[in-house]
Amino acid sequence: MISFIAKRIGVGLGLVFVVLTLIFLAIHAVPGDPAAVLASGGASGTATPESIERLREQLGLDKPLVVQYLDYLAGVVTGDLGSSFRDSRPVVTTIFERLPNTIELVVLACLVGAIVGVALGAAAGRFGGWVDSLVTAFSSLAISVPVYVLGTVFILVFSLTLGWFPAGGFVSWQADPVAHLRLLLLPALTLSIAFIGVTARMTRSSVVETSRMDWVRTARSWGLTPSRVFSRHVLRNSMTPVATAIGLEVGIMLGSTVLAERVFNFPGLSALLVDSVVNRDYPVVQGIVIVISVLFIAINIVVDLVYRFLDPRVR
Amino acid sequence: MLTRFRRIAGAFTVVRWAALAFVLLLVVLSVLAPIVVPVDPLAQDVANRLLPPGAPGHLLGTDEYGRDVLARILNGARVELLIAFGASAVAAVLGSLLGLVGGYFGGVAEFLTMRLVSDVLLAFPPVILALLIVTIYGPGEWTLIAVMGILFAPGFARIVYGQTLSVKRLEYVDAAKAFGARTSTALFRVVLPNVTAPIIVQFSLVMASAILLESGLSYLGLGVVAPAPSWGGMVASGQRYMGNDPSTILVPSIVVVFTILSFGLLADALRDLLDPRARKGSHA
Repeated sequence: MISFIAKRIGVGLGLVFVVLTLIFLAIHAVPGDPAAVLASGGASGTATPESIERLREQLGLDKPLVVQYLDYLAGVVTGDLGSSFRDSRPVVTTIFERLPNTIELVVLACLVGAIVGVALGAAAGRFGGWVDSLVTAFSSLAISVPVYVLGTVFILVFSLTLGWFPAGGFVSWQADPVAHLRLLLLPALTLSIAFIGVTARMTRSSVVETSRMDWVRTARSWGLTPSRVFSRHVLRNSMTPVATAIGLEVGIMLGSTVLAERVFNFPGLSALLVDSVVNRDYPVVQGIVIVISVLFIAINIVVDLVYRFLDPRVR
Repeated sequence: MLTRFRRIAGAFTVVRWAALAFVLLLVVLSVLAPIVVPVDPLAQDVANRLLPPGAPGHLLGTDEYGRDVLARILNGARVELLIAFGASAVAAVLGSLLGLVGGYFGGVAEFLTMRLVSDVLLAFPPVILALLIVTIYGPGEWTLIAVMGILFAPGFARIVYGQTLSVKRLEYVDAAKAFGARTSTALFRVVLPNVTAPIIVQFSLVMASAILLESGLSYLGLGVVAPAPSWGGMVASGQRYMGNDPSTILVPSIVVVFTILSFGLLADALRDLLDPRARKGSHA
């Protein structure tokens, strides 16, 4: 177990290192002068020599590439991600003001998605028939509706037409816990629908496959009640591929939360990220990409470890 | 002939036929957009802004600048489908190459292609990596094709890798080698044709994912750049007026959902048709 944890974390750290290098290369492998490309906005737009020079200095592009790379890695390790082009504040400070909101939203959406998804998938796999058809049709639709469409339709239906929820915004937990949760509910639900679809589909096919195993027939022949066979034998042994799918799905959600936050005007990382992309505030974008990618890798390690710990076969 | 007909009939349910019809209709209409709706999708007519669907001369109404919604949907479809197709093609070529090389040679080649490139790309949340690239290179069609082509390559790589592993042990590959076939011949003329079925299925799935991601970036204003028409952009601008006229968001929303759903259903049909052994988690 210890060696497995050590190995998994080692691979994770290696991955973080390669990801950091790739992010560094993404800007420095630009054909031509990175400062000129960043200042001009790709092919379109023009840049003055002054703005290019200023950018070169801010990013340290005038130093040798190896020095830049080592500076960059040292910065990441010591928690220094540079400062914003626009307001000169340290990137780390700005990110950690917003990150808790995004994490709260994503965690809530994941919980709803995992619980409802596994329940629906298990029901479809166990009962078959119209339950199965209904869940299968729902999953197909759920994974085909973009987050921004679903969020917009939710606002149209639940806020503008029915008036049950505010259309968006944010109230801190300290100021008013009820309003805080009311504002969190629609964005979380929006994010969780696709998650429910993927999880339900995965659970269903895994349950169907497990039900065909010999030892399930053995359990039945012992005279165990169908519900006991299902909950103790089939469902528990169907969870391995589901856990893996959930780990990957969390990463996708860390990206799609950008869209949900945008639709509901939610003050997470999204507004910061989109504004920074529009204004080509490269240090902030780079900082957010680093934080989210590392978070994603960490989550997958945790999912793996927790699963190892829970599954008696691999413990 | 009859067996082939039966196989097609078996793989296509009514819903899947409808999906195929929808995709074909969309392709034809978007190609013929200038003939079907001979209106400039950028032409503003402020006097006739926000007309509801069914208004005379504007089948789907007009947007906040008085631009014809049908013209924008169809011209948007063309850009949308071209970007998605371009990205899927880039991803298919790149990913298949990685998977073939990694699976056929193994060892160091496998580490480089599957671990170092494929797994690392999967360690980024897609939207986030796309936004990083857009920051550097600026938004636009070519950026989208390049970035999504790279993002979706690992999906192809994993599938082709797995298939290549099992195919390379078969007798006909040994036979080709015994006859003195060059490595490139063995790879592209012997192994590749035998792993095409899952590539085609994956292509349809990636089309759906690409439209999903591209329209999301356009919704943020970081994909197809306004005023050029895009479905995501139409939802974004319609949001401000949906309280008075829900069709501003419903029309583009329905089109984008149906398109993504159709490519997903088509993938299921193709899987049943081309690769009957791999029936897993079907749509409907």
